[in-house]
Amino acid sequence: MLEAFMALYIFMLAAFTGYEVISRVPVILHTPLMSGSNFIHGIVLVGAMVALGQADDTLEKTIGFLGVVLAVGNAVGGYFVTERMLEMFKSSKGGA
Amino acid sequence: MSTATNQQIQEALDKTEQSLSQSQQDFQALKGVVQQQLTGTGETIVMPGSATVADTTKAMETVPGGFPPPSQWIPAPWGSLIIETSYFVAAVLFILGLKRMSSPVTARRGIIWAGIGMMVASIVTFAYPGMSNYQLILLALVVGTIPAFWFAKKVPMASMPQMIALYNGMGGGAAAAIAAVEIIRGHVPNTMVHTLAILGALIGSISFSGSMVAFAKLQELMKKSWIFKNQQWVNLGLFTVTVLLGLVIIIQGNEAAGAVILLFFLLALVFGVMMTLPIGGADMPVVISMYNAFTGLAVGFEGFVLNNNAMIIAGVVVGASGTLLTQLMAKAMNRSLANVLFSGFGAKAGEVSTETVMGSLKPIDAMDAAVMMGYAKQVVIVPGYGMAVAQAQHKIWELTKALRERDVIVKFAIHPVAGRMPGHMNVLLAEAGVPYDLISDLDEINAEFEQTDVALVIGANDVVNPVARIDPASPIYGMPILNADKAKNVIVIKRGRGTGFAGIENHLFYMDNTRMLYGDGQKMAAELLQQVKAL
Repeated sequence: MLEAFMALYIFMLAAFTGYEVISRVPVILHTPLMSGSNFIHGIVLVGAMVALGQADDTLEKTIGFLGVVLAVGNAVGGYFVTERMLEMFKSSKGGA
Repeated sequence: MSTATNQQIQEALDKTEQSLSQSQQDFQALKGVVQQQLTGTGETIVMPGSATVADTTKAMETVPGGFPPPSQWIPAPWGSLIIETSYFVAAVLFILGLKRMSSPVTARRGIIWAGIGMMVASIVTFAYPGMSNYQLILLALVVGTIPAFWFAKKVPMASMPQMIALYNGMGGGAAAAIAAVEIIRGHVPNTMVHTLAILGALIGSISFSGSMVAFAKLQELMKKSWIFKNQQWVNLGLFTVTVLLGLVIIIQGNEAAGAVILLFFLLALVFGVMMTLPIGGADMPVVISMYNAFTGLAVGFEGFVLNNNAMIIAGVVVGASGTLLTQLMAKAMNRSLANVLFSGFGAKAGEVSTETVMGSLKPIDAMDAAVMMGYAKQVVIVPGYGMAVAQAQHKIWELTKALRERDVIVKFAIHPVAGRMPGHMNVLLAEAGVPYDLISDLDEINAEFEQTDVALVIGANDVVNPVARIDPASPIYGMPILNADKAKNVIVIKRGRGTGFAGIENHLFYMDNTRMLYGDGQKMAAELLQQVKAL
């Protein structure tokens, strides 16, 4: 019972955090930001690794394997796409 | 003397034996306590995937000598502490990273911080207790990393939205896969966790197949929107059946039949496809953003299932921020989310535009246009997706530099939905080297059009259509637009006479102060550049 409520609190606080952090982002960064948050849910990789690590039979291992492949694609692809976009934002003052 | 000595020896032997048996008893007692503690710890943590000492000892027994697996490199209590600490640090880095991405100055550091968090979290996961299949994990990591890295580096900037869709879908699929493994393993501890697993599976599967359709549409592998009669009812029915199957799995718990589980996942995937098929390309950004939020939520739910705090926090943060971003995008397009998902899908828009437009289209050639811009005090460039299609952004930036050398003030005006996603146009301009402080958004620039000598519209259409301000019958009425029509002169670079995405005639093109420069965006920009340099 207590655990369920702790989970609910974490859920609520994380949701507010996400909402607040994003609400001050200028429009010019919306696409990189969407890409960035897309990268952040790549943390699913950790779960996929655990799921595959604990899989017992062939079916579970196959699904787990697929999960890790997809998750690492999300994390790696998400990171480099975002970085490529942000790299290009330069000011005319200072820098090149 | 000898008897006394013998007796003494005998006594000493007895004492030694007694103390030995005492030690043995102590040892037995101690062993009992330790075992009790061990199993006690094992029992208090019942969530699957969390560290149990019983799992660790089981794993220790199964290793036949040689190198111990990474899960045994660090002694039991410390291992969990290090893992949990790393996950905590990762979660903090994710939030700080997202925060830093809210300004162009710090954005780059933001993604690097988040990247460090991800590295730390995934490396320590190798030491997670009770893990095996290390070769498989490493192989999967390599198989997934190589193509993702390659495509992320190679794909042109104009295709970024579909790449985001693709990688997002993969995340959703991974969340669904985690749910599948946990449900099939049958170690789910209680109904609440089972419910969360099913919820994450449903949302993750929809996000996976839906994002793949979105990817195919934006990549133009799939051109037509697939609409049939009573489609929404079919979809509703499909969704209901899927949810019912999910309920069956929750009720049956760990005894749920394999066929039911398989059918549940299949139908969830089909629903994702069916839901996305009828949505037109113009609305795709909103849909991708929504699936981004979906994947975040699915990851958060599976985080609860695996008792993994990093997943819970990162997932829910993305779920919430993605929802907000989706609302912002829908608002910028003057659509409600429900409208995008369930209504005419942009198909109805064309029917309304029956009203006649006053005035005529007045062409201009590149030389006259160059003279107008070269002797202007201020020029505002309004780029749209057409500029990206023509790959004209590099030439436009060169033109800007040439004009700036002539002391013309040049600004870029970006509409929130220019390009295929809010901010997409900024990325494309940034790619060409345009500094971000020359770029203004709608609120900043609209007050300035009246002091602007020339507004150069390239590849943009609906976002500068004054009809949105004046004609309540128009489908885009109420959409905030760039007031390019308020500029003293307007030059429109346009390939032909077609209408925009919304299929509405653009009144701006027929105004007295507007001139049409017909031709391919890149070619016309090059010609303008040449002419400005020749002035």
